[in-house]
Amino acid sequence: MTNSEKNRLKDKAFQVFGIFCTFIGLVVLGIFLFDIILEGAKRIDWDFLVSLPSRRASRAGILTAWVGTIWILLLTTIIAFPLGVSAGVYLEEYAKKTKLANFLEINISNLAGVPSIIYGLLGLEIFVRQMRLGSSLLAGALTLSLLILPIIIVTTREAIKAVPRSIRDGSFALGASKWQTVWHQVLPASFGGILTGIILALSRAVGEAAPLIVIGALAYVPFTPSSPLDEFTVLPIQIFNWTSRPQEAFLTNAAAAIIILLIITFMLNGIAVYLRNRQQKKIKW
Amino acid sequence: MRASEKIIEGLLWLSAVITILITVGIIWVLLSESISFFSEVSIIEFLTEKEWTPLFADKKFGIMPLVAGTLLTTAVAIAVALPIGLTIAIYLNEYAHARLKQVVKPMLEVLATIPTVVYGFFALTVVTPFLQQFIPGLAGFNALSAGIVMGIMIIPMISSLSEDAISAVPRSLREAAYGMGSTRLQTSFGVMVPAASSGIVVSVILAISRAVGETMIVAIAAGQQPRLTLNPLVPIETITTYIVQVSLGDVPQGSLEYKTIFAAGITLFIFTFVLNNLSFWIKKKYQEKYD
Repeated sequence: MTNSEKNRLKDKAFQVFGIFCTFIGLVVLGIFLFDIILEGAKRIDWDFLVSLPSRRASRAGILTAWVGTIWILLLTTIIAFPLGVSAGVYLEEYAKKTKLANFLEINISNLAGVPSIIYGLLGLEIFVRQMRLGSSLLAGALTLSLLILPIIIVTTREAIKAVPRSIRDGSFALGASKWQTVWHQVLPASFGGILTGIILALSRAVGEAAPLIVIGALAYVPFTPSSPLDEFTVLPIQIFNWTSRPQEAFLTNAAAAIIILLIITFMLNGIAVYLRNRQQKKIKW
Repeated sequence: MRASEKIIEGLLWLSAVITILITVGIIWVLLSESISFFSEVSIIEFLTEKEWTPLFADKKFGIMPLVAGTLLTTAVAIAVALPIGLTIAIYLNEYAHARLKQVVKPMLEVLATIPTVVYGFFALTVVTPFLQQFIPGLAGFNALSAGIVMGIMIIPMISSLSEDAISAVPRSLREAAYGMGSTRLQTSFGVMVPAASSGIVVSVILAISRAVGETMIVAIAAGQQPRLTLNPLVPIETITTYIVQVSLGDVPQGSLEYKTIFAAGITLFIFTFVLNNLSFWIKKKYQEKYD
């Protein structure tokens, strides 16, 4: 075999290995999902969705968990949306190239890399203890809001950056002020991108268990929360709790709850992808 | 008009500055509780003691077993994610059809969107029983399964960041390599990967940082037994798992046991802070190499 033939063979071999690597993750994921559905689907029925937690696996349901998850999603949106978008607008439209702006930027990249459990410790000390909110929905939502704030800020900035200079110039030329330009031109033009970022951030928040466990959210809450100051649980914590038990029946419950959690996660991601594609098609500057 | 413009700008500024307050808050919370912890436990003991038993009657406060557990699961994860992720990046860039790349990239991203508690469930109920068929000594809780599953989770992180780095290498370099008669493999490893090495290193550092801070997978599948070992087959405990373990129990607030989670937390924070800033530094230093 000549050298060149050998090299060509190695090249082909790597190609096969490349295809293998590209699909191995997806195949493993497929096996996981198949296994989950096989184990959990039979457990999902109306009773499972509307029953309170119970010590007996066959009677336990996820009512408190999914109601808690919806509450957390709503409260987190209310807190993080205005804050994150405002910060993004400031950094992209107002901030001058000062040292402070530079520092803000580095700081936000750093925050995005802080492990979620550290946000839990922050929430525990500030919201649960100092502000005396206890292990409430509000404390949980505030903690998760801080966690997803960097994601919202970064995606808001990218969406705003994509709006061409000429739109702003046109608005200024007609006599609009800075804020009028931002509010009437820049934000509407970038809204699709901002919304996509927020939904992706929420899909991250909906799967978080660690920071909420640290602030004291427990798996067993005997009632559904009715105000932001009530104690709560969420789906990921319920799944964690059931997975940690030795009995097989609880693992089945966990698999069933995972199916519900994945449906919520994939739905949020699907909406985000749909919005992004629509935005890309709609706007041609 | 002028006044309202100023007020709005002030409010926007305030939202941006809140991000600094978050950082200050994190550092303040971790420091103040840790300082109070270190007034009772010497920092020498914390760093050199080989056992971590704050919840037992005979209390020992050596962070090393938790650090070892964290590094062990991280090492397994990177050993899985780096070869696969880098191969994917090269394959998509040099071999795959543009259309395949368009389809595969978002599909890989799905791996990163699955909640980590779900991965933990997989590691415990699927991967560990599967591996036990081949590795007889494998315990029910172990660093190996948790690490492998964590590795699968961070594949898209390495593949997409490395792919960006490789595709940013100027065309002229690639064409020169092909012009000299190189195969795609030789071009990839002889030219493209070395040229994109800083970007690839950044992707690996960020992946390590992510793996070090990962909580639910290891809390579910790796065990709760702090142990100074490099054996991936036995139960261990990571820093993050310890924080979860204490949070689930009823340790009275303000007690020494309660403060341990902040001492563990600040250790974790220092690890990720150093890794993240190292990645920013490398990125900044080598970014404009080809401009």
